[in-house]
Amino acid sequence: MKHARIVHTGVTQWATERDGQLLLADGRLVPLDAVTWLPPLEPVVAPRTILALGLNYADHAKELAFKAPEEPLVFLKGENALNGHRQFTRRPEGVKFMHYECELTVVIGREARKVKHADAYDFVRGYTVANDYAVRDYLENWYRPNLRVKNRDGATPVGPWLVDAGDVPNPMALALSTTVNGKVTQSGNTKDMIFDVPFLIEYFSAFMTLRPGDLILTGTPDGVVDCRPGDVVVTEIEGIGALMNTIA
Amino acid sequence: MIVDTMRTVYGTLLNFRSELETLGAQVNEPPYGAPPKAPVLYIKPANTWSRNGAAIALPARVAKVEVGATIAMLMKAPGEVAGYVLMNDLSIPHTSYFRPPVKFKCLDGFLGVGDTLLPAAADVDPSRFRLEVRINGELKQSMNFSQLVRPAAQLLADVGEFMTLAAGDVLMLGVDAGRPLARVGDRIEISADGLGSLSNTLVAEAAS
Repeated sequence: MKHARIVHTGVTQWATERDGQLLLADGRLVPLDAVTWLPPLEPVVAPRTILALGLNYADHAKELAFKAPEEPLVFLKGENALNGHRQFTRRPEGVKFMHYECELTVVIGREARKVKHADAYDFVRGYTVANDYAVRDYLENWYRPNLRVKNRDGATPVGPWLVDAGDVPNPMALALSTTVNGKVTQSGNTKDMIFDVPFLIEYFSAFMTLRPGDLILTGTPDGVVDCRPGDVVVTEIEGIGALMNTIA
Repeated sequence: MIVDTMRTVYGTLLNFRSELETLGAQVNEPPYGAPPKAPVLYIKPANTWSRNGAAIALPARVAKVEVGATIAMLMKAPGEVAGYVLMNDLSIPHTSYFRPPVKFKCLDGFLGVGDTLLPAAADVDPSRFRLEVRINGELKQSMNFSQLVRPAAQLLADVGEFMTLAAGDVLMLGVDAGRPLARVGDRIEISADGLGSLSNTLVAEAAS
């Protein structure tokens, strides 16, 4: 099932996808464009941990002139960075290169500590899409990618759907693409990840406990381009969803 | 308890002049290539938080940890500090600051959080903070917050340029060079006038 967290008539609620519309808990069907979309995540008491991978596709690592990492290159984000489907992300004044990153995103479903590779999928609640924008002008070689590049307010749209893990039989073979103003600029497949989802869950949970609602953004393949104010960017993953964002 | 109200906790690297002096000419060499321009930040996620008095477990593979004693600003609203709190930001010792330090800093329990809030007020000047670190009662480090690259207000402003610190978010002022090391069995106590004290004892992680 595909779940959405939305605001409709002022009420924040969960809805599910039904025949191209949103089915509310009270049985009403509303059009997809009649609501405000929030990240499809259950609110959590302690702040969620948001792990994001860099250079996790061989082709992207090559494109960025780095050799593929021998272990995951990971950074963390704050919740300030999250944004919903159909929202806007600001391009700072005067920058030369701001690009999207279409990423399969894992939502953790139960407490995960020292999880074995073979059991890793048992800890997944579901999957969504993230667009992990980067403003490359601000890259510095201190804790790279540094937070000024990667932790800007509202610069990580997530959604539209949380898709139940059971509805994604093989998350490691999903086509992934991005369009800018309708033109395809990025295409790849999750099968080309260097460190796959079970590896990442085992790796992180070996030293840090993951909790329900924590996120792992699994990195992006080749094909990132500069985005300008007004550009409509759609990051899409097969069977998971098409996440729309407009550059402001 | 402060630890129950916190949202995202940000640490700050290289905000003591001594840290940059320790690196010396390295800041211009690979992989860095240039001294940092924007504040260098990292996140201590919720799994790292430990209460005052709590034991912190070290995995068997970790012989020693580096004690990153500091004072942090707890936010009341964007741009507005509620007050100041002691923190014990533990790391597995590492020498490269090129990649984000997740595997060194984000182990369970690796951030001791004080339980005394010194409320922000006109007569509370963070540049006058002094802090002391004791291990098993022995003074190991003294820190003087007049030696910051970016004083508290400037750090807040420069971070606020690219992200919003909301109510409950926390921003550490930085950790001086000369960080002591500690091992299983050690009791780490951090204290500062007006901020009380924060103590945590290192224990061996139970075998799983």
